[in-house]
Amino acid sequence: MIEKNTFVQIYKVVLSSSERSSNLPDDTKRLPFEMRVKGKLMSKASIGDVVEIKTATNRVEQGILLSVEPFFTHTFGHHVQALKDVRDIILSEMEDVTHE
Amino acid sequence: MSESYLDVMNRKSKIMKDALNLDYEKFEAEGIGFYYERLMMDSGYSIDDVRKIQLDNNVGNTPLIELKRLSAYARKFAKEGYGARIFLKDEAANLSGSFKARRAAMAIHQAKKLGYKGVIAATSGNYGAAVAALAARAGLKCIIVQECYDSNGIGQPEIIEKARACEAYGAEVVQLSVGPELFYQFLLLLEETKYFNASLYSPYGIMGIETLGFEIANELVNREHQYPNVVICTNAGGGNLTGTARGLIKAGSKDTQIIAASVDLTGLHMASDGDFNKKSFTTGHTGFGIPFSTFPDRSDVPRSAARPLRYMDRYVLVNQGSVFFITEALAILEGMERGPAGNISLAAAFAIAQELPKDQIIVVQETEYTGAGKHMNAQVSFASDRGVEMLLGNPLDEKAGKNIIFPKSGKLLKYKEIPIDQLRISYLKHYSDQLLFDLDYDYLAVELKTDVNHVKALLEGIHETKK
Repeated sequence: MIEKNTFVQIYKVVLSSSERSSNLPDDTKRLPFEMRVKGKLMSKASIGDVVEIKTATNRVEQGILLSVEPFFTHTFGHHVQALKDVRDIILSEMEDVTHE
Repeated sequence: MSESYLDVMNRKSKIMKDALNLDYEKFEAEGIGFYYERLMMDSGYSIDDVRKIQLDNNVGNTPLIELKRLSAYARKFAKEGYGARIFLKDEAANLSGSFKARRAAMAIHQAKKLGYKGVIAATSGNYGAAVAALAARAGLKCIIVQECYDSNGIGQPEIIEKARACEAYGAEVVQLSVGPELFYQFLLLLEETKYFNASLYSPYGIMGIETLGFEIANELVNREHQYPNVVICTNAGGGNLTGTARGLIKAGSKDTQIIAASVDLTGLHMASDGDFNKKSFTTGHTGFGIPFSTFPDRSDVPRSAARPLRYMDRYVLVNQGSVFFITEALAILEGMERGPAGNISLAAAFAIAQELPKDQIIVVQETEYTGAGKHMNAQVSFASDRGVEMLLGNPLDEKAGKNIIFPKSGKLLKYKEIPIDQLRISYLKHYSDQLLFDLDYDYLAVELKTDVNHVKALLEGIHETKK
């Protein structure tokens, strides 16, 4: 069980595929329109339960409990050789360049 | 009240009016037009008022830096006597790390003045962090609505970073999957919270940028005793170019050529779930730049204050690989590590500088912060993990979503030009079935920075093609 007031992320289908805008490309049209929001769990629950949370602006949102204590993991990415090649090109082309 | 898609969209005008406390009806003219300058002046803020509000918030007065090494690099590929001086306005120095703080400062000031308890902005970009930061300073609640994830729940790293920044400033971030229904969710939130719509396209969102053009003109006159010959603006929703151009004019820089630059994402559909994570730029691209230039009133307010064709002299496109190339050059030649999206106009400047005499001055009017997710390396590595091929070669051969082609020499960094008349024709197609009168033609001539006869000739061309 996840305790009340735990920081969580919920997931909700805002519009099912049939409720969506009529003007969409095919690959998007067949999908639901989804939302993810974070906040404090308002009563104890388990992953996958429909729950209510209180968001940073004190709104109440309802959705499926997706993750507990979510955090950011984005990075600077891995090595990409082409970017190193670009650097070498610029430095070598600048070798004979002078400026005031 | 019903929350069905159509019902909410039908309540749009009422929701928008309550959320800006601005009655756009009073600016409507007879016929197709409206009184743009009246809309811009209605709030009563002078450019000095705007500067004061911004400076009180640590926004504006950013450094204008001459890029001597980068200019010398461009000059290497120019004919004798050519290769203009490139200057860069380091907007990353603003609170929240981009020029968007200028827009947010005005929106937040207005929201506070009118007594709203909070603000909402629909944005996946730097504007979110700007609104969140300025709202934090003003003690207002803030919700940022983002298009963030594809249907596999994979977030674009740049947009994830923006969410992190917004949360750092205390905002609530509502993250959505791909689709224009973001606007529906945005309306629902405005209706629920009664917060202020911190729209990028309100008069406040545009007058906030006028100071950017104003500072460029005044600083160059003081330092170099001239106005800029060319100012290049990265173009997406059109506000950046519109505000900068208006500010230049207010400072007396009336003959400066204004060039729009976007990243060429031709071939990728902006509402496609499959294409969403194949693009390495989430803004400053053709998917926003062209539709918003040719139909500005598609925005989230009844009449957009961002009207770039009123000010634009040229529109050029650069590919993704060229922007990454110039981002690398800015770091290793000038010691400025900045975010790639802010460098779109810098890539264009590198090529355009070679066409101008070396005593002329080109100003690139923005940079943005960089960091995890919104770093060049993060974007390129994310794209390569999604099967986008990384090549060195001729950047003009790039196919967005399939490959990224980095110039294999600075000499190959070139742009494509969209003829301004082509944009004007796209704009005019929205009115080609309507009966137009003299006042309509006058309005269209101002909207398109041309004269009535040329508007009529372009419309005749559209009618001929239809036949």
